[in-house]
Amino acid sequence: MSEIWRYLETNADDVLTALVQHIWLALIPVAIAFVLALPLGALVHRYVPARHIALTAGSVIYTVPSLALLLLLPGLLGTSVLDPINVVIALTLYSLALLVRTTADGLDAVDTTVLQAATAMGYRPVRRWFTVQLPLAMPVVLTGLRVATVANVSMVSIAALIGIGGLGQLFTRGFQLGFYLPPIIIGLVLSVTLAVIADVLIVAIQRGLTPWARAGAR
Amino acid sequence: MIEFEGVTKRYPDGTVAVEDLSLKVDTGQITVFVGPSGCGKTTALRMINRMIEPTSGRILIDGDDVTSRPEAQLRREIGYVIQGAGLFPHRTVLDNVATVPILQGISRREARTNALDLLERVGLAANLGERYPAQLSGGQQQRVGVARALAADPPVLLMDEPFSAVDPVVRDDLQQELLRLQGELGKTIVLVTHDIDEAIRLGDKVAVFDQRARLAQFAPPADLLAAPADDFVASLVGRDRGFRGLGFADGSSVALKPIDHGVDGLTLEVDHDGRPLGWRGTDGLLPTEGTFSDGANLRTVTDLVILSPAGAAIRVDAEGRADGLVLLEDLAGSVRSQQRERLAALATSEDAG
Repeated sequence: MSEIWRYLETNADDVLTALVQHIWLALIPVAIAFVLALPLGALVHRYVPARHIALTAGSVIYTVPSLALLLLLPGLLGTSVLDPINVVIALTLYSLALLVRTTADGLDAVDTTVLQAATAMGYRPVRRWFTVQLPLAMPVVLTGLRVATVANVSMVSIAALIGIGGLGQLFTRGFQLGFYLPPIIIGLVLSVTLAVIADVLIVAIQRGLTPWARAGAR
Repeated sequence: MIEFEGVTKRYPDGTVAVEDLSLKVDTGQITVFVGPSGCGKTTALRMINRMIEPTSGRILIDGDDVTSRPEAQLRREIGYVIQGAGLFPHRTVLDNVATVPILQGISRREARTNALDLLERVGLAANLGERYPAQLSGGQQQRVGVARALAADPPVLLMDEPFSAVDPVVRDDLQQELLRLQGELGKTIVLVTHDIDEAIRLGDKVAVFDQRARLAQFAPPADLLAAPADDFVASLVGRDRGFRGLGFADGSSVALKPIDHGVDGLTLEVDHDGRPLGWRGTDGLLPTEGTFSDGANLRTVTDLVILSPAGAAIRVDAEGRADGLVLLEDLAGSVRSQQRERLAALATSEDAG
């Protein structure tokens, strides 16, 4: 225990930098994927051919091992191997594969009677989409966002293997120092804590945004 | 008035949902579209607010073609109650009711205040206003659906199988409630149902659609029962149509006998105020099995005649004093002549048309 504290005292700056980097590298892809997933999910929900393409593409992306993708991307994009943009793009792709699907599922789950009622009340399509359809899809969409966020927080660690920051660096350092435990434990505890906090935050947002979703389950 | 002029809806795959429909829906009345599933009744209803566009023909509301105005604007001026209520699950009851006024640009605060009055109007407690639809019973949700459709005070109300998702007891309540509301509001209502009894109960006029998407008969319920246009309508109307038809005939048209008129060895015994006590005969005092007063229909009177040990229904005045008897033979004569008159009148109107 004392060894861990000593490691933290001497490497406080490094650990903090790694943590902040980890947060950015995990959250930026989710944010980008979320914004992209709304229109793409809507397309997939609406057009059957788009659904086949999206589901196939999503499965293909998921079958590519993350490490392989991180090594492939620089070659495909012409970026430097050490560029964090590779990590951001790779994780955005993974998040997108998941979020497009859950967004479409969320939209599919909206009761068509309710949408017909909205049309009959005199909603125009755009307003109906933003004030009826999307809010009603939110419980499922946000559940997908939870999974994607937590998955990202754990996947960012792999970035350290190709020399990019984040809490994964603490693992690699522990291994380089002959399986020296303190940095490994610190990295583990911090990334788990980060995942839990992110999860709790999204649940809080979910509850705030969709109080009605729990209304029936008294 | 809503007019269908030769309206046909044909889908690209060749299915004909509505075939050359022409009919007039009277202002301030309830017109019911009834028929088996797939008969086009819902399609016909949805063409009124352009949820579905006809392939040919046109629909006029008070003389204006419905296609002459933007869809959304037209719909905001036509109330719509959908099967199963179709409430917005993410909005409270008040916000649901306030939907159309808000779309029309009224402030949320004002729309919600009006919504509160409407809740009361459809028989819901004000404290339900802040609940979400999932927290209400099916019957309550349906009432909210009606309140939402009435919120912008539209002259026309379309109701698509509004009471089919609730149990029979609640349905009965809601039907009564609709008739009460209609008595106050006098909207032009078009209601779709597959339930002929609901159609007969609610409709001022009933349009019967057959399986081939054609209008088989368009008539007041009493005429539907008395003289179905064809075998299809007769089978839809079902059993006992003669007896059910008596519900639309005036009970006061039957000749009365004085209350001291003995029947089959039985005489009516009344108390010192003149209220009926029972039928006195050699077996002692037999029960009256009920009485009727002014305004009762022939079905009620007939039922009393059948139940009475004397074969005579007792009429009472406002104070409950017996003031006349309807005997089986007088009832039979009256029913017979009324049916003859009705059939003669229908024959004349068909000749004229």
